[in-house]
Parts: sequence; structure tokens; C-alpha cells
Amino acid sequence: MSAIKYTKDHEWVRLDGDVATVGISDYAQAQLGDVVFVEVPDVGKSVQQGDEAAVVESVKAASEVYAPVSGEVVGVNGDLEGNPAAVNEAAMDGGWFFQMRLSDPAELDGLMDEATYTDYVKELG
Amino acid sequence: MRYLPLSQPDREALLGRIGVTNIDALFKDVPGAARLDGPVDLPPHASEMDVERQLGAMARKNITAGDVPFFCGGGAYKHHVPASVDHIIQRSEFLTSYTPYQPEITQGTLQYLFEFQTQISELTGMEVANASMYDGSTATAEAVLMAHRVKRRKKAVLSGRLHPHYTGVVENLSDMGGYELVQKDPTLSGDEKLADLVDEDTSCVVVQYPDFFGSVEDFTELAAAVQAKGALLIVAVTEIVSLGLLRAPGDMGADIVVGEGQSIGNGLNFGGPYVGLFATRQKFVRQMPGRLCGETVDSDGKRGFVLTLSTREQHIRRDKATSNICTNSGLCALAFTAHMTLLGGAGLRKLAILNHEKMLELVSRLEAETGMKPANDMFFNEITVELPVPAAQVVEALAKNNIIAGIPVSRLLPNAKMDNQLLIAATETVTDRDIDTLISALKEVTA
Repeated sequence: MSAIKYTKDHEWVRLDGDVATVGISDYAQAQLGDVVFVEVPDVGKSVQQGDEAAVVESVKAASEVYAPVSGEVVGVNGDLEGNPAAVNEAAMDGGWFFQMRLSDPAELDGLMDEATYTDYVKELG
Repeated sequence: MRYLPLSQPDREALLGRIGVTNIDALFKDVPGAARLDGPVDLPPHASEMDVERQLGAMARKNITAGDVPFFCGGGAYKHHVPASVDHIIQRSEFLTSYTPYQPEITQGTLQYLFEFQTQISELTGMEVANASMYDGSTATAEAVLMAHRVKRRKKAVLSGRLHPHYTGVVENLSDMGGYELVQKDPTLSGDEKLADLVDEDTSCVVVQYPDFFGSVEDFTELAAAVQAKGALLIVAVTEIVSLGLLRAPGDMGADIVVGEGQSIGNGLNFGGPYVGLFATRQKFVRQMPGRLCGETVDSDGKRGFVLTLSTREQHIRRDKATSNICTNSGLCALAFTAHMTLLGGAGLRKLAILNHEKMLELVSRLEAETGMKPANDMFFNEITVELPVPAAQVVEALAKNNIIAGIPVSRLLPNAKMDNQLLIAATETVTDRDIDTLISALKEVTA
């Protein structure tokens, strides 16, 4: 299992073999507040890096979740339909959104590592 | 002095920013013939009394629906609205009958909207209804767009028995959205085989119940066939009183039920404002357009009402909103709710029976005295009859004698080669004497 990488839009991605799991960061879930709905993509859908892939709704806002890397969606977290609060409780773990098979693993190199992301979030205040 | 907040440089800056040279460029989608190319031919000034007198004279050229035997339907029905409805909707508690921007402060408004939604759910046999749309036609177009979102497909199949105005509004919104439409030609009867037209790009099939020509059809098999191909069945109801007697579309398997609520609580109003009805299955609620009121409890455990699922809406979701509707037909929905509450379930059923009985009476007299029969196997309060001469001529001739005999089908479908077909509606407001007058006049004109 590789290290977790982050995007500027607060998605995280973790590569395991050739399948990457994608979610939103703990910072993102805290900013959103209570998550009430998650719309995940269809399995089999191809996305380019930066495409809208999912939607997360909280009591305050609805936000798009962008594909952190390019590839094909191979799995989605079905638990979120009945328990969207999992995003708040375990954003980095049980609250994952979808899994994808990467078409260009080199894209991961352009994302932030844990330390860089922590600094990035600090700067946002 | 007129107060115009924008100066000419302001206007130029605004137009420049969006990349057009003048304001007219923004109206190029409006057909030239419908655009004004100069000032309206009116005198520059007249006194209030003069204007009243002139307009009064013009208004007297109209034949008022309530003054004469009146048999028009076609999506707008003349029903009796009790005076108590008018009284209730003018109460100060309802004075701001608009969905408010700070919604929870107006519990009365939210409560009647919640009750309105409950009434629509029960009438249509669906699990969830919204707080209303502009009218039946826009509700139908919104239902098509919703089906596209739910199914992630982009083609809709429209029955040839859908009200032509509804078809037109669906066409408009589909064109603008880049969606595809398959439209059946208008036919009075026979199986349209709509499910055969559903392919893997098709999100929905739209039918009307009772249909534009007045016929009542069971859509249970169609619903199953359409759903088996992965699409949704949308049922549009233009005469909502019919649901007091007919099987609810939800019970036939409809996925979205839309309709026009004018018949309950609202007058003909020259064609608007009306009130669009929109109901669907719980599982599709997040893709449903419009405002939605929910019942909840406050911090003291007391019953209260809120606007719910607002994240579907434009003020939160911006360009990703399910619809650009940010409002509802508040006053018309209030009138609907008040009238429906006064009627109650038993009252609505009685009203529906009264409507159907009037039409049965009309049909039996028509058959016995003119030999003409309705083209419909089954109907509620509206029929289509083939006359021996063009219907438009007959309607025109009867109108000269203060009888409004119905709607010539050619008026709404000029190219359908149905010139001799006449749409006749009979509601509870039609008296036996009105029927006498119509039958004798028809006998004379068609003899």
C-alpha cells in the first residue's frame, strides 16, 4: 500500500496494487459539516484527472468531488447511501467514496504528500 | 423623471462583457414575427376614465365562460370554486403566499404547502410531491429533464395524445438542453406501441391520462414494459378532478406523475397563473425539481415544518441544481389546498362522479339526437366528436349565438388532418339546459 496523496481540492487517494481508493480529507469533512448525502459515480465510468466524479452534500452545502487521477471507476462505497455520516466519522477510512484503476499512475507524483497537504491546509487557516 | 439605474456606459460594459453588441442580440431566439419592431400603436396619453371606458368596451367583445353554455376543456377546466376558498386565501395569515427566503419563520405557509404535497401524493398515488411548479406543461418538461438525470440518458418518447402545448414546452426545454425527442403523430385511438420506441438512450416515455382527446387508458402494462427497458414512465394529468374516480397513476406503476392543478380552487384566469403538480417515488427525491416542505419537531419536541432537501436547489447548488425553478405557484397552490380540504376525499369523489355523469348525459343525448358518437372508448368529462363539417366553423357559428361548443382540434393541431374533430368537455357547472342548447344547436348546424 502506497502513501496517501492529496489534491488542492481536498480529495485523498491511496494506491493499493493498481487500484486507487478516493475520499475527501478530514479537513474537508470538518469544513462541510454533517454530511447528509453522497452521490457516487457509476462503476465502469472513465474519468480524467480533475473531472467531477462524485457529489457530497452537507447541511450547509453541496460540493463536487473531483477525480484526483485519471482512470476507470471500479468500485463505489455502497455503505454511504445508508450512512453518509461515515464521511464525518472516518473520512480517511470507512468514509471513502470510490475506487479506480489508474490509466496514468505518474499523475500521483503531481499530488501532495501528507506533510505538504498539512502545510497547505494550515495556510488556508 | 424615469428611474433607470443603468447608464449607457454601464450597458455597454455589461453587453461587452457577455460578448454581444446590443440588447436585441439577447432576444434572437424569439421568432421575428413575435418581436415588436417599434412602438405599439397607442395614443400617447389618455385619462384614467377614458382608458377604463375603452378597455371596458374591448372586454365586452369577449364571451365570458360563466355567462353562457360552455364546453371547453383541453387542459383548462371551468369548475365551481366555492366563495369560501377566496375568503380563506385572503386571510392575513396567508398574506405572504410565496415560499419565503427565511422559510421557517412562516410556519403557516410551510404547513399548507406540506398539506398540499400530502394531497398531491394521495391523489397521484406517489410517495413524494413537491410544493408545486409553474403549470402542468412546465412540470412535464421538468419531469423529462429529471428522467434524463436519473437515467443519465438523453432521449424522451412523447405520446401523440399529449396536449400539444405540453409537447411544445417539452420541445423548447429539450432543444435548449441538447436533448432528443421522439414524438408520435396524434392519433385518436389504437395502441401507440410506445415501449417499442424505447432504446438504450431513452430515459422516459410521456403519456397523458386522461389523454388530450379525453380517452382513459390503463398504463399498467406500458409502465412495466418501459421500465423493463430501463426507462421511466411519466404520466401527465391535465384534469386533476378525474383522479377522484380514476385509478391513480402511481398504482399503475408510473415513476413520475405531473399535472395541472387549475381545476381545483382556481379559475380559468385566461390561461394562467396555474399550478403545476409534480410527484414521484421516494428513491428519486434527490433528482426532483422544486421546493419541498418537510414535517419535523423543534427543540421542544413540538410539530413544525421546514424546507427540506434544499441542497438540490439553485440557491445552494448553483449551476448543479436539479432545476432553475426556485419558487412555486404559492397562491394557486394555496387555493388548491383550501378547495381540496373543503372537498375532502368523499367530496372529491362526488365532484368527479358529477362531472362524469354530466358527460354521460351529454353523450347519450348526442347519440340519440344527432347520431354522432364520441371517438373515445372510455372517457371522464371530455370527449372528441367527429362532425360532418370542420369543427372550427361550427364553433364560430355557435359562438355567434352565445354557445361555446368546445375546442376544434385543428386549433391546437392544425396539421393533424383532424379538422372535423371537436373536443367537448362537461363539468359540474354544465346544466341540463346548457346540454339542451348545445344539442339543438349542433343538430341545426350539422343537419
